[in-house]
Amino acid sequence: MTSKFDVTVVGAGPAGMAAAVAAARAGARTSIVDAGTGPGGQYWRGASAVEAARLHHDMTTYHRLVAGLPAVTRYFQCHVWTVTRDGDGFLVHAVDRTGGGERTIELGSRRLVLAPGAYDRQIPFPGWDLPGVMTAGGVQALLKGHRVVAGKRVLVAGTGPFLLPVAAGLADSGASVVGVHEAASPSAWLREPGALVRNPAKLGEGAGYARMLARHRIPVHTRSVVVAAHGADAVEGVTTARLDGGDERTTAVDVLAVGWGFTPQLELPLALGCATRVDVDGSLVCEVDDGQRSSVEGVFVAGEACGVGGAALAVVEGEIAGAVAAGGPSAPSRLRRSRARLRRFARAMHRSHPVPSGWVDRLSDDTTVCRCEEVPFAALRSMRQDLDAHDGRSAKMLTRAGMGYCQGRVCGYAVGCILGQDASATTGFAKRPVSSPLTLGALATSVRRPAAGADP
Amino acid sequence: MTDFSFDGKPIPFRPGQSVGAALTGAGIRSWRSTRRTGRPRGLFCGIGVCFDCLVVVDARPNERACLRLAEPGMDVRTQQGTGHDDLEI
Amino acid sequence: MPDVVVVGAGIVGAACAYYAAREGLSVTVLERGTVGGGTTSRGEGNILVSDKEPGPELALALASRTRWLELAAELGPDRFELEEKGGLVVAASDGGAAALTRFAAGQRAAGVETVAVSADRLRDHEPNLAPDLAAGVLYPQDMQVQPVLAAVSLLAAARSLGAAVVRGEEVVAADRGPDGHLTAVRTRTGRYPTGAVVNAAGTWGGEVGERLGAPIPVLPRRGFILVTEPLPRVVRHKVYTADYVDNVASDDAGLETSTVIEGTRGGTVLIGASRERVGFDSTMSVEVLRRLATLAIRIFPFLAAVRLMRTYCGFRPYCPDHLPVIGPDPRVPGVFHACGHEGAGIGLAPGTGALISELLTGGRPDLPAFAPARFA
Repeated sequence: MTSKFDVTVVGAGPAGMAAAVAAARAGARTSIVDAGTGPGGQYWRGASAVEAARLHHDMTTYHRLVAGLPAVTRYFQCHVWTVTRDGDGFLVHAVDRTGGGERTIELGSRRLVLAPGAYDRQIPFPGWDLPGVMTAGGVQALLKGHRVVAGKRVLVAGTGPFLLPVAAGLADSGASVVGVHEAASPSAWLREPGALVRNPAKLGEGAGYARMLARHRIPVHTRSVVVAAHGADAVEGVTTARLDGGDERTTAVDVLAVGWGFTPQLELPLALGCATRVDVDGSLVCEVDDGQRSSVEGVFVAGEACGVGGAALAVVEGEIAGAVAAGGPSAPSRLRRSRARLRRFARAMHRSHPVPSGWVDRLSDDTTVCRCEEVPFAALRSMRQDLDAHDGRSAKMLTRAGMGYCQGRVCGYAVGCILGQDASATTGFAKRPVSSPLTLGALATSVRRPAAGADP
Repeated sequence: MTDFSFDGKPIPFRPGQSVGAALTGAGIRSWRSTRRTGRPRGLFCGIGVCFDCLVVVDARPNERACLRLAEPGMDVRTQQGTGHDDLEI
Repeated sequence: MPDVVVVGAGIVGAACAYYAAREGLSVTVLERGTVGGGTTSRGEGNILVSDKEPGPELALALASRTRWLELAAELGPDRFELEEKGGLVVAASDGGAAALTRFAAGQRAAGVETVAVSADRLRDHEPNLAPDLAAGVLYPQDMQVQPVLAAVSLLAAARSLGAAVVRGEEVVAADRGPDGHLTAVRTRTGRYPTGAVVNAAGTWGGEVGERLGAPIPVLPRRGFILVTEPLPRVVRHKVYTADYVDNVASDDAGLETSTVIEGTRGGTVLIGASRERVGFDSTMSVEVLRRLATLAIRIFPFLAAVRLMRTYCGFRPYCPDHLPVIGPDPRVPGVFHACGHEGAGIGLAPGTGALISELLTGGRPDLPAFAPARFA
């Protein structure tokens, strides 16, 4: 089989863009595939719009990378549903959804760079399935990508530095942000001075958000969590409390934005058999070497999938992966130093913002754990007690948790915690041979054909 | 500004906006009812991962409203349950 | 010291444990993974008589089916979601229809209920069927069960009768006395003195047999299942094409596919069936998925617009003659085999369990077709 491409990059976020541009610059026949309508991923969602500069960061990098993309064959609105080996290369199978249609395409490639990115980690709480309760990432996507403010009165909660730009963006766009509730202790950062000193830009960034929140008079509560969301058919109020249970108060809102950090989408690396490990934040991530090579020959992984660490790190890893995948020598020391510095910062951030334990105790019997299949907490508890089953596979088979449309993406972490499993056992929920649903008709009529795409 | 219809009502949108974003901008927060308990759902993750925002677009059910771009004249409808009730025997 | 150690907490091991415990034997079940974590959770929960030609396996299937109904009555009808949904076998061509008619006649003579369905009446039974199929046969006795729930429930019932279930235990060897009789089963971490062990390790029954000094030729035959998005009720019975039967007995190493389609309680539709001899390779095969989708759409055209949500594969345990191994091992007194049920494990489990428990309590059921000695 002659591959159409030397390097195919899956994912057009910061890591994917950097990888594709680097590979093409090194002379490889390169393609990039992404479900979005254009490049940018989550971080630069909507960054191509005229008014984007106000909402986006690192626009210089963004424009530099966009300028390098015409050398890459681009497949947008194409959702990769699986990747298989094909001779000594690979086949990327995707569903082309341009124009609202559904047909399959296959891209042959000698090497792959997987940059699938990450999504919001979530934990359940009473009322989290009311309309108006959204992930912090979702609220941000609405704002940056669609210029829509999620609601009028918003409470932001969870943990992690991401809560600040979400709150600031909302406030700046006219929403009333009633408060930010951060579960971590305010002094956590003090235990990580090295990371901050080596990443002064991050300090400046943080200070910028703090100023913006102060200007809008948005209170930031630390060691504080959401206890429950209330409402009939949509969220109308939120009860928050200190981590130790005290100071419970209920605030009227029409949107609750919750974020507990991010977790990578690993089904494509897992489908190819790439080795994984559990990162500092409890996420399952891909193991890569100095050149961003996975444990599988010809498969490179870059960005959040190697460890959640933000866009700047993703760009560095992508550049390394693309260059090495195109046949270049190992990463230049400049990039390796940046990567090490940024990874150190990411680890420090994770250690400062753990998901607080004890959230399982705040669940009531009827709190939905699996949103897709509407599986309540009581079902999982009874599975442990009455049926003496304690593993993720049994949870799927006996309660249907993780068996719905999202295939355990949202509830996998929570189910693992409820069953008292260590994070390494979450592979069961992370493997998804079909990583994007496609009609049986599209599957049946998929044939090996070169995809059209936007050729250089 | 152009619009699409949602359960017969016109919903304005700007080019590049998703159906879910336009509905949210119009103050609509739910557009389907769940299979088992008939509870309302709308946007949750906003980026196509959670499959909560499923809606019927031009008679096709289970379209993720957060990913599907709004187009003029689109016929968007509230989804009940599986969205495939027409197949029930 | 337990009277019997059962190796494997899949559906067959669970059934053996239950029936033995019911006879008053003390039972310890050893499972290295999770209950039903092997092939039990990878199939569809079939309890079929329709796909079996007259012979010892069909006889066991009929007896086992009756036991399933008894178990449901004893343990609670909804305990494992037992559904007497019936099977509808359809033929797409006139040649297939003729073969199906002949096959059904033979089965009828062996005690299977069959109802011939002409082409124009097929959609009375399944309104969503393609309009141009040649004929069909309805098998009212085919049933459906939730297999993991069933294994878990049988073990819970066995435990209430005094059985012990130990997870995380992998059998590595057997100890024998000077007379050659089994005296204990050894695992990675322990030793279980016993005079009887039941090898109910399914697709790993060959491996376990080997470790017990009683090897049997059980090999894996991979099968994929497609799972659709949730749907309302769209398929009433288990519906499959006539070539399914040929598919089971084929010895081709390459890919064999036929169509099997049914609905589930959760609303998803399951689509099978493929058979390949690829060892224990669980890498997804797009070619297999493509073929299964194509065949399924031929029978139920509405499926073309329905989404595939997930897929999984499992490894059916098969023996060279495609019959299970049930009975005492001729080489190691005290070792009994109960595995190799190839795609029929769920349906045949209670029948197997009852036979094993009869053997354990001194009975001598006559099972030459299933005897481990046939491989000597």
